[in-house]
Amino acid sequence: MSAKPKFAVLVFPGSNCDHDCEYALSEVFDIPVKMVWHKETSLGDVDGVLIPGGFSYGDYLRTGAVARFSPIMEAVQEAAVKGKMVWGICNGFQILLESGLLPGAMLRNDSLKFVCKHVNLRTENNQTPFTSELKKGEVLNIPVAHGEGNYFLEEDKLKELNSNNQVVFRYCDDNGETRAASNPNGSVENIAGICNKEGNVLGMMPHPERACDVLLGSADGRKMFESILKTSLEKVCN
Amino acid sequence: MAVAEELVQITPELLKEHGLTQEEYDKIKGFLKRDPTITELGIYSVMWSEHCSYKNSRPLLKLFPTSGDRLLVKAGEENAGVIDIGEGWAISFKVESHNHPSAIEPFQGAATGVGGILRDIFTMGARPLALMDSLRFGDMNKKQVKGLLTGVVSGIAHYGNCIGIPTVGGELFFDESYDANPLVNVFCLGIVPHERVMRGAAGGVGNPVFYVGATTGRDGIHGATFASEDLTEESEKKRPNVQIGDPFLEKLLMEACLELYETDALIGIQDMGAAGLTCSTCETAARGGAGIEIDVDLVPRRETGMTPYEVMLSESQERMLFICKQGREEEVIAIFKKWDLEVAQIGFVTDDKMVRVKDKGEIVAEVPALSLTDDAPLYHREDKEPENLKELQSFDFNTLKEPVDVAASFKQVLSSLNIASKRWVYQQYDHMVRTNTVLLPGSDASVVYLKEPKKYVAMSMDGNSRYSLLNPERGGKISVAESGRNVVCSGATPLAVTDNLNFGNPYRPEVFWQMKQAVIGMAEACRVFDTPVVGGNVSLYNENPSGPVDPTPVIGMVGLIENKDFITSSWFQNEGDVVIALGENKEELGGSEYIKEVFNKKVGNAPEIDLAFEKQIQDFTLDVIHNNWVESAHDCADGGLAITLAESCFHPKTKWGVSIELPAAQTRTDALLFGESQSRIVLSASPEKAEKILALAKEKGVPAQKIGTVTQENFEIKVDSKEVITEKTENLFQLWNKSLEEKIK
Repeated sequence: MSAKPKFAVLVFPGSNCDHDCEYALSEVFDIPVKMVWHKETSLGDVDGVLIPGGFSYGDYLRTGAVARFSPIMEAVQEAAVKGKMVWGICNGFQILLESGLLPGAMLRNDSLKFVCKHVNLRTENNQTPFTSELKKGEVLNIPVAHGEGNYFLEEDKLKELNSNNQVVFRYCDDNGETRAASNPNGSVENIAGICNKEGNVLGMMPHPERACDVLLGSADGRKMFESILKTSLEKVCN
Repeated sequence: MAVAEELVQITPELLKEHGLTQEEYDKIKGFLKRDPTITELGIYSVMWSEHCSYKNSRPLLKLFPTSGDRLLVKAGEENAGVIDIGEGWAISFKVESHNHPSAIEPFQGAATGVGGILRDIFTMGARPLALMDSLRFGDMNKKQVKGLLTGVVSGIAHYGNCIGIPTVGGELFFDESYDANPLVNVFCLGIVPHERVMRGAAGGVGNPVFYVGATTGRDGIHGATFASEDLTEESEKKRPNVQIGDPFLEKLLMEACLELYETDALIGIQDMGAAGLTCSTCETAARGGAGIEIDVDLVPRRETGMTPYEVMLSESQERMLFICKQGREEEVIAIFKKWDLEVAQIGFVTDDKMVRVKDKGEIVAEVPALSLTDDAPLYHREDKEPENLKELQSFDFNTLKEPVDVAASFKQVLSSLNIASKRWVYQQYDHMVRTNTVLLPGSDASVVYLKEPKKYVAMSMDGNSRYSLLNPERGGKISVAESGRNVVCSGATPLAVTDNLNFGNPYRPEVFWQMKQAVIGMAEACRVFDTPVVGGNVSLYNENPSGPVDPTPVIGMVGLIENKDFITSSWFQNEGDVVIALGENKEELGGSEYIKEVFNKKVGNAPEIDLAFEKQIQDFTLDVIHNNWVESAHDCADGGLAITLAESCFHPKTKWGVSIELPAAQTRTDALLFGESQSRIVLSASPEKAEKILALAKEKGVPAQKIGTVTQENFEIKVDSKEVITEKTENLFQLWNKSLEEKIK
């Protein structure tokens, strides 16, 4: 068995970060990637699946609302149950919410405008396969680009989310303080990314695949891909 | 032949509604040797509109240099030019205007402008990689102008973000001459392997003609004709002429077409933009020296009861026409079905050079293809220098007293909307998707990485309508020189340009004179810089109820960077670096941002421009960048030297200070600080490398002087050892950074 994980990247009509995710996984980190069209019913022999950003189905009804009915999503549900890595970025996060793999809902940004810029994230949970190479409290500079990233969850469920350590990233300032001014979309408690109880399903609004090369402004996203590699290596060694 | 169609009496009123003159109507009858049907009249009307035929501007466009070693497809041959960048790869780029639709319905007008230019690029076989926009709006103190700006920006964001092509740069300018007629010029660049460059030509008798994409509705009928007349208060009624864009559908269409190009089943492909089905059938037939026969009854529709006239003239968006090889139909249809797209065979290629349109088998139009394109009318309009021009040019600046508080004027110019940060705009655009954007918006040029063939392209859009108003020939030259300077400052060797000519009604001799002079200037500059024009767009009839917009030639320049180490930004990089000014500062206040902002005047002559000297400065800058001697390079343009220095301090991550000492001025202090003399670049370099730069400049006879050093937090300019500006950079940055956003609130 190879120590390298294999990844599927889903392609919906309207996905537009699919190539970026493929490039980061395969060209930057040499992780074998299989592009999987949404009409397929199986992910094949992979260790993880990445649901990329974009505007699946044009986001016409509600972001991610139509994509969750795509045939491939059943295979994603199965993968999640089996404990495989399921990683949704931006629109991928929205699809995970719509399909019930993660709790909560996404509202329009409080500015009512699309926002594209680099933001700071504070690492809240480094116990997931995606964040194991990060230190708790470590600040990452990673871009966001979305019109609907205003994450919302009712108060009681939010308590549960926090007590289960399911918040993975929060928007913060340079010093790691979670201020209102450092929140680009008005999300509740500055939440930028969350995972399921088991930690194998991660949804996040920021785009780590856009932060893998200092030439593009930041390489802070690399540690997430390195975490995935490390996790797989450990699994094989154990 | 028998053309069966509803017999409509062709009256002078009907001709006027179609924007045709009696003379043009007689010409149509000459081609047909009979009276046209109403469908034929509609076809001629759109194909002979300025928007499609360039009938008033073609004689001027011939002045542009259009050949060069790198050109694979030249201007005018296809939807967009194609330029070799080595290693078997090429780029295709072009600019298009969507001024009139944006004036009437800013959101959809701008959105469909983005959709249209994207189709132009992927029609060439290229995958679109980057968008830019050159935008001009009126006086932001007026409520309707704010509405136009916010509408246009959200329209561009809506389309570009959804389809996933980054909007990486552009320009934004305000002047009251654009109050009711904003300018929205959209640029797209794509990449294509040489062997996959597609053509918009029909060929092979009997080959099937396909229609793919959105269904056809009544939207946009006569859009091209609408774009070819003045905007008036009546224009509001033409809102239905503005099309509605669907970026999601276009994304599917784009991916499907790119997949189709992987096969060798395609003969030719053309998007349905202006004049829709009419233009795409006529142009593919004319280019291929062939004929095309279609039946409108086979065209997928979204509305019932549409006449052949309406189907032929509809400008519904996100549609393409293509011709494939006979026998390959099923393979091609399968690709479009995969992407859930509507595809239908609507006709076939013939050899009689006619465009024949049937409706359920009955002929409704039958027109020689060439009569719609190559043989369209051509006019040499009268030109006349505006009467008040000499007076404007010879304005005596001694009548304007130098301000006592120069620092206050500096802050005023720094926070003027034309100088201030455009962050409010570009943060609404996804400028990073596709993970190629190297220089984020805000530097002189945008730099985009090409994963294949591992090179970088730099691009910039520039135009200066104030200079063009005061001296259109110089304005034209400077638009090319400045975009070249921006591209050079990023470390790129300029390759080629695309142009957008935005002018008023060409029937006004003064307007035509402005256009002619501007084109003469642009053409000469393109020759000197060896940057051929690979395509572009002409937008005329840009008028307010009160008169034409200021003449606005816009240039999109593209350059190539072969080596990562050459990439240079306009921002200072290290404390202690030496600041060097290249070029000469003359007493030139004419047309400057300072004179407009502080004295509210558009007067004087445009700055002088010596193209040979400009070329020398640009070549020198590239040399020193390629020697790896330079930390930052910034074009000294709008707002003059003081503004240029401030912008170089505003690094996105660190706010630098600068300490500048200028010798006693030979000129007024305001001209020294804010004058806009051309051919100037501000460099920064380590002290050791600065010496090398200065020595090489001396050897080559390039004017260069050390003017100061990069410091930590204070922005200081001294003239003749006297402090004229001393401010905290952070305070200046706040002024500059928030100005636009606060104005919009």
